[in-house]
Amino acid sequence: MSWVIEGETGKWELVCGLEIHAQVISRAKLFSGASTEFGAEPNTRVSPVDAGMPGMLPVLNMFCVEQAVRTGLGLRAQINLFSVFERKNYFYPDLPNGYQISQYKHPIVGRGSVTIELADGSTKEIGITRLHLEMDAGKSIHDRLPDATLIDLNRSGVALMEIVTEPDIRAPDEAVAFMRKLRSILRYLGTCDGNMEEGSLRCDANVSVRPLGSTELGTRTEIKNVNSMRFIAKAIEYEARRQVEILESGGTVEQETRLFDERRGVTRSMRTKEEAHDYRYFPDPDLLPLELDPAFVERIRRSLPELPDAKKARFVEQYGLTPYDAAVLVAEREVADWFEAAARGRDAKKVANWIITELFGALNRSGLEIGRCPIRPEQLGRLLDLVEEGRLSGRLAKEVFALMFESGKDPEVIVEERGLVQVTDAAALEPIVARVVADNPKQVATYRKNPKVIGWFVGQVMRATKGKANPQLVQELLRKHLEEA
Amino acid sequence: MSTRELTRLTLAEARRRLRAREFSARELVEAHLEAMARHRGLNAFITETPELALTMAAESDRRLAAGDARPLEGIPIAVKDLFCTREVRTTAASRILHNFVPPYESTVTRRLWEAGAVLLGKTNLDEFAMGSANVTSHFGPVVNPWTPPGEEPGRVPGGSSGGSAAAVAALLAPAATGTDTGGSIRQPAAFCGIVGLKPTYGRCSRWGIIAFASSLDQAGPMARTVEDCALLLEQMAGYDPLDSTSADVAVEPWSARLDAGVKGLRIGLPREYRVDGMPAEIERLWAEGAAWLRAQGAEVVEISLPHTAYALPTYYIVAPAEASSNLARYDGMRFGLRVEGRDLTETYMRTRGEGFGREVRRRILIGTYALSAGYYDAYYLKAQKVRRRIADDFREAFTRVDAILTPAAPTAAFRIGEKMDDPVAMYLNDVFTVPASLAGLPAVAVPTGLDGEGLPLALQVIGRPWDETTVLRVARALEEAADFRALPPRIAEELA
Repeated sequence: MSWVIEGETGKWELVCGLEIHAQVISRAKLFSGASTEFGAEPNTRVSPVDAGMPGMLPVLNMFCVEQAVRTGLGLRAQINLFSVFERKNYFYPDLPNGYQISQYKHPIVGRGSVTIELADGSTKEIGITRLHLEMDAGKSIHDRLPDATLIDLNRSGVALMEIVTEPDIRAPDEAVAFMRKLRSILRYLGTCDGNMEEGSLRCDANVSVRPLGSTELGTRTEIKNVNSMRFIAKAIEYEARRQVEILESGGTVEQETRLFDERRGVTRSMRTKEEAHDYRYFPDPDLLPLELDPAFVERIRRSLPELPDAKKARFVEQYGLTPYDAAVLVAEREVADWFEAAARGRDAKKVANWIITELFGALNRSGLEIGRCPIRPEQLGRLLDLVEEGRLSGRLAKEVFALMFESGKDPEVIVEERGLVQVTDAAALEPIVARVVADNPKQVATYRKNPKVIGWFVGQVMRATKGKANPQLVQELLRKHLEEA
Repeated sequence: MSTRELTRLTLAEARRRLRAREFSARELVEAHLEAMARHRGLNAFITETPELALTMAAESDRRLAAGDARPLEGIPIAVKDLFCTREVRTTAASRILHNFVPPYESTVTRRLWEAGAVLLGKTNLDEFAMGSANVTSHFGPVVNPWTPPGEEPGRVPGGSSGGSAAAVAALLAPAATGTDTGGSIRQPAAFCGIVGLKPTYGRCSRWGIIAFASSLDQAGPMARTVEDCALLLEQMAGYDPLDSTSADVAVEPWSARLDAGVKGLRIGLPREYRVDGMPAEIERLWAEGAAWLRAQGAEVVEISLPHTAYALPTYYIVAPAEASSNLARYDGMRFGLRVEGRDLTETYMRTRGEGFGREVRRRILIGTYALSAGYYDAYYLKAQKVRRRIADDFREAFTRVDAILTPAAPTAAFRIGEKMDDPVAMYLNDVFTVPASLAGLPAVAVPTGLDGEGLPLALQVIGRPWDETTVLRVARALEEAADFRALPPRIAEELA
């Protein structure tokens, strides 16, 4: 099902590509030995190189190169054994050198692709155009003093990967799905923490529209810094509709850079094409071209973890999960590992259900990540074992689960402490069943006309036993007593 | 021995006699500090560091007494004010850095101090090393000590390492560091009658040297003899992991290999260096140099470096392009001069407009233009291609010869103020030095005679990459044959 904008004059199609800046996980910066620690006191993680002091020279951090190659391999992309760092020249107070060292004509990673999962369960390929390494700028702080801008250079020189997609995105939701998938891959690879709030994953969107069926590309605008999953779809949809309105009223779309205003949910012009910088790119004479040994790339390839797509396929194959459940479980590597630990030797589908409904619910309510989940996978497994063995009803199991999540205790301990073991002894249940039947003659009469009313009797017995009775056994006993009454 | 006579010693002699305890490092340093004070009129130094010099000399004397001398123990040297020196003001002769005190030491100077050398002061230069006459310094022009007596305002010392060259020529320091981007060591050495060596690109670390054109900048020694240059280079050179363009090539004991002679070497004379309007004196000097080498057993042949004529235009695209980017960091935000404006743009414009001199602004403009969208291919990219052709010319030539002999500069030192309003005439000073810079080759200027006005003239020896050994050997042979012992008249007078 394709997403279209119903205009006055007809249907319009969205054409969108993304430019993502992902901060590389690395202890040191791209061209200096300074620390990359987040949240340090302003200007305390700055070497003379990062501050653009006279005579200072950049030295490439090979670990960042390794991270870029690892990411390229994770994006099923071509690794360029020859790449070049260039200078992108512009003046800004938070750019100490007056240029950013980036890659331009020769990026370290070429074409690749990412598979995204759509809401209807289908998948789609989004092409990757390139990935290149570059250094981040510092941070300008405009709101601390009334008449001055403050500069924090802690971020200056931190390694970024700029990842550019092909204009393959046709719906706002596809952009979100792509970002989720990319984030998942980066986190699996350990090359970016994917934290959009802290700015370690940032997204710009190139948006244009065209009449549905057309193969020409319209004029695009670039929306800067769409910095949460929530706003990506909103910003793209707003911008696409804005462009359709302009085109339908006979206007033309300006090629420009726009900023998404999160508060008002609109995009507004930041700079036009005429105001665009001439960055005067040229190869950085302080750095030699980067030439990689094929063995270096091969070594990284061999060290790659199982990535989400492969894991998803394996979960479907090995555990019999639905593709949807598998996709949900593999999105985060920690969740997938948690699932596999809990599912070992058990009914994996049931384990998956419990994780997706109960565990995710509890984590969401308490605002916890899986890494800080109070329940260990083995504990959930043993809870399910108790149900399997008939010692706990499903209802009781949920109760026990809630207590486990609160206390971190083993399910057996909770069952013991609270005396929650299911009553499966017919002799113990008989008097209760008999009393419930005897006390409710009107309902017994109703039962004669409508046997479904047995459910009401089950409820009464369960209440009387505080839920500990085995529901199947209760049904059996009730049927016997009701027939006899 | 009078204190002035102490300043006449070569680095090698001073080293030997310090070790023999004939005088102390303190005496040697004081002699030079006195000479510096007497010749402030030359304007060779931007910053003198007498206290630091005496502290360093005291340490040297302690070590000399303890028999624990390092290779350059107690040798006073002057440092071009383009090398960052920790806690010693470093200006690049620019107003924009007039108050800049680096918190770090350049690799080359750190090596020199670790070898026991003593800092006398920071020498004057063309602003950001952009110039061939040392007339663009914010701190005023340097006067060539060879200026004929009575002539005002005097002759230029060449540039950009004009302060270093003048200091060494006037016996204010036995040796100095320089940097060479298109001839900035060799041309002032030639104008001041001293020896100046630009090593192979990558031989000395650029870390801590204020950048002009990164792909060309290279530090090197300036001294009164070939041997002294070799001794200094041995301590300046070496791989530095902090400079990605520094090469992991062994430092050789060049000073011990100088006297191998030139017998059997093939020396090339490039016919393209016979430029129009070259003074007959220089033509004669060149022929004479060739004859000396032939007499010592070398085989001299004519060679061709066909792209020579394109070297200067290529250089004046590449160097300004890199400079326009390298100098972007002087924005008044973190260090150096800041001239406030009404807003950010005006602060940038005023800081850079008032902080940089005319020549620097001219080159930033040229470089910015050459890198601009729409012009990049026609200028910068084209220049890079020509640069490769020029390097290819040399590679081809060096399959047939071991070294190349050329004049070092097309004229002797001209008057201060001359060529000031004609940048192209000024740029022509570097016509013989720029090609080796573009090709990254080692090259040395050696004084071999005086012209009719009594001004020094010099020859240049260019060698294969990393073959400083041959370059210095040939230079030594020329030095010996020329027997150039002349001192600037005003200095000779003092010694008389």
